[in-house]
Amino acid sequence: MAFQPTKQVYSGSIREISLGDGDKAVKVGGRTAFAFHSFEGSMPNPPRIAMEVWDKNPSEDWCEAVKEPFKDVLGDVGAWAKKCVEFGAEIIVVQTKSADPNGDNASADSIAATVKKVLDAVDVPVVVWGVANHEKDTEVMRAVAEAAGGRRIAISPVEEGDYKQIGAACLGYGHVVVSSSPIDVNLAKQLNILLGNLGVANANLLIDPTTGGLGYGLEYSYSVIERIGQAALTQEDEKLQQPIICNVGNEVWKSKEANLTAEAAPDLGDPAKRGILMESITAVDLMLAGADIVILRHPETVKLVKGYIAKMM
Amino acid sequence: MGMTGIQIFKLLPKTNCGDCGVPTCLAFAMNLAAGKAELSACPHVSEEAKNKLAAESAPPIRPLTMGVGENAVKVGGETVLFRHEKTFVNPPGFAAVVSTSEDDASVDGKIARFKACRWDRVGLTLKPEMFAVKDAGDAAKFTALAKKVAEAGATVILMSDNVDALKDAAGALKDSKPLIYAATAANADAVGAIAKEVDCPVVAKGDGTLESVIALTEKLTGMGLKDIVIDTGSRDLKKVFQEQIVIRRAALKDRFRPLGFPTIVMANEIGADLMEETLVAATAVSKYGGVIVMSDVQPHSIFPLLLDRLNIYTDPQRPMTAEQGIYPIGNPDANSPVLVTCNFSLTFFIVSGEIEASRVPTWLLVQDTEGLSVMTAWAAGKFSGESVGTFFNKCGIKDKVSHKKLVIPGYAAGISGELEEEISGYKVVVGPREASQIAKFLKLWTPE
Repeated sequence: MAFQPTKQVYSGSIREISLGDGDKAVKVGGRTAFAFHSFEGSMPNPPRIAMEVWDKNPSEDWCEAVKEPFKDVLGDVGAWAKKCVEFGAEIIVVQTKSADPNGDNASADSIAATVKKVLDAVDVPVVVWGVANHEKDTEVMRAVAEAAGGRRIAISPVEEGDYKQIGAACLGYGHVVVSSSPIDVNLAKQLNILLGNLGVANANLLIDPTTGGLGYGLEYSYSVIERIGQAALTQEDEKLQQPIICNVGNEVWKSKEANLTAEAAPDLGDPAKRGILMESITAVDLMLAGADIVILRHPETVKLVKGYIAKMM
Repeated sequence: MGMTGIQIFKLLPKTNCGDCGVPTCLAFAMNLAAGKAELSACPHVSEEAKNKLAAESAPPIRPLTMGVGENAVKVGGETVLFRHEKTFVNPPGFAAVVSTSEDDASVDGKIARFKACRWDRVGLTLKPEMFAVKDAGDAAKFTALAKKVAEAGATVILMSDNVDALKDAAGALKDSKPLIYAATAANADAVGAIAKEVDCPVVAKGDGTLESVIALTEKLTGMGLKDIVIDTGSRDLKKVFQEQIVIRRAALKDRFRPLGFPTIVMANEIGADLMEETLVAATAVSKYGGVIVMSDVQPHSIFPLLLDRLNIYTDPQRPMTAEQGIYPIGNPDANSPVLVTCNFSLTFFIVSGEIEASRVPTWLLVQDTEGLSVMTAWAAGKFSGESVGTFFNKCGIKDKVSHKKLVIPGYAAGISGELEEEISGYKVVVGPREASQIAKFLKLWTPE
């Protein structure tokens, strides 16, 4: 008798969410099985590759390996975003680093103007990622939501401490909310319920479960994403059936090991390849767990991970 | 054990003789099901029942060990599909290929890198363990090369299509317990016999179908072999991924014995170059590979993979911890700041990383909080004025610095008063709440 593999029984699916507007709108989610389990369910959309641009020149913070591919555009956010699209980005994420109240503390208007520049430069969907400071993010995201009216951007992180204010701004201008919670299934669910009560529709909701980079808590993110996926797909937990976005590059490239030069760490080999693989492995693990969008920094990572997805689909 | 007490009860003599130490067979069966008793306690049980119960109680995925000594690799023995359900227990071994067609310089380079690839992290040594020695058609050289990498300390996979070459090499290396690669439909009798003779684990290599694998493992099991590793023969990433899942599920959910073995993933034959191979390997770390073979060992590839393996195989029920003690960062001296934090490994990594990035030489004290983070430990009374004070007084830091200041995490500000009483003569300074502010804080710090 031929061998009959045991199939997982699925009772739910991940909602399909559309980001952006016009021809270049991108669909994410829509799975009816665990990630890449196409032998027992459908995966209509591959995980999407987003790339990040900063609203300030990152030269002080970035190591050579990640600066090099962008060296001509780091001071010009529009050109930078275009370059990312050339590198294969399906989504652009604007990290509003200049908003940090302990750092540059740039004004909400200037950040909104930067976001507008990106929106004018590219037609792929845009995500705006704040600094996780409730007061400042609220102020900035209100201005950003207005400036991006009609473009259906996604705004992140929307946390328990600021969901009413930022959620309302998203509602007002038709944007997508990224519901962000600290590595916990129940907190993720709780915040989605609160956002639902506020009036945010499931069609406008993504989950950010908090990303840990390789060697720095990746396993926590990995398991919470697997648990959210199990609840959504096998336990019909309809409050968790939202696509997941992970801010990968930002986490990985701030770790010590991704930035050590060949002189500082001769035993760790080629620094650029090491960093690229640390970023790629983090992305692969999170996609295997169930991430629907991974935000990346290095163009070589984008190329590697895209090739990987093509083989897995 | 997969059987219920009632199922076990049906196999017992049902005489209620009490010889096993409990009054009834049913009670004994319940104890067996709960793992509280051994079947051998019953002197009257039939051979048939013994065999059936032994088969039922064997682990669903055969645990086996390749190699000896420091680089021995134990694989199999897993009990869950998802790490959060309990934990993954036996991390996969990482192997690099050396072939008889390579010149000495290439082989020596790989051995040198293999030896150099060792890093300490949270009290563990991260390192690759294995070499896959490939016979490119030179039997004499094959055994010599296998001996050479075994002498370098590596656990060896012997890979040859030539049964005589395998036999020679396995005979020469048997004391170092190599993994024999591979028994196929064409040579299973001969290769199975070699594995049996030298008492070493053997790979059952299919033709790309699970049916072929099942036929092979049944045949090898029938020959009396127990330590088997599965290579499905597939070399397409998507197919390999699916097979890993189907195999793990069959073993755990259906207790399907013919697939109840660890697997080997030939990343070197799946990825086009070392970068791609590394992502194949990462996939196999997360999804059920037992041995992972790559074309080379390079620190830029193996180091991230070792971190990945450490992360995925960390027990989710037990936080990783750093050892309690004094950590000098950046050659601190008598005037350098002294910071104290908890021993949750993530806190330790992040705090020490931020201190390093600040370039301010600093003494970091790590107090044992049983792996709890600062806030949790503080709330649980494990990071209190008394515990931090006792640790500070005993750890020996007082001999290393001439100033009188101790910096505590911002989230533990509440312990300052109590702590100052414990460490009389010293001043407690409340540091930042978030690690990201440490650099800024340290740059402004003065011993006065």
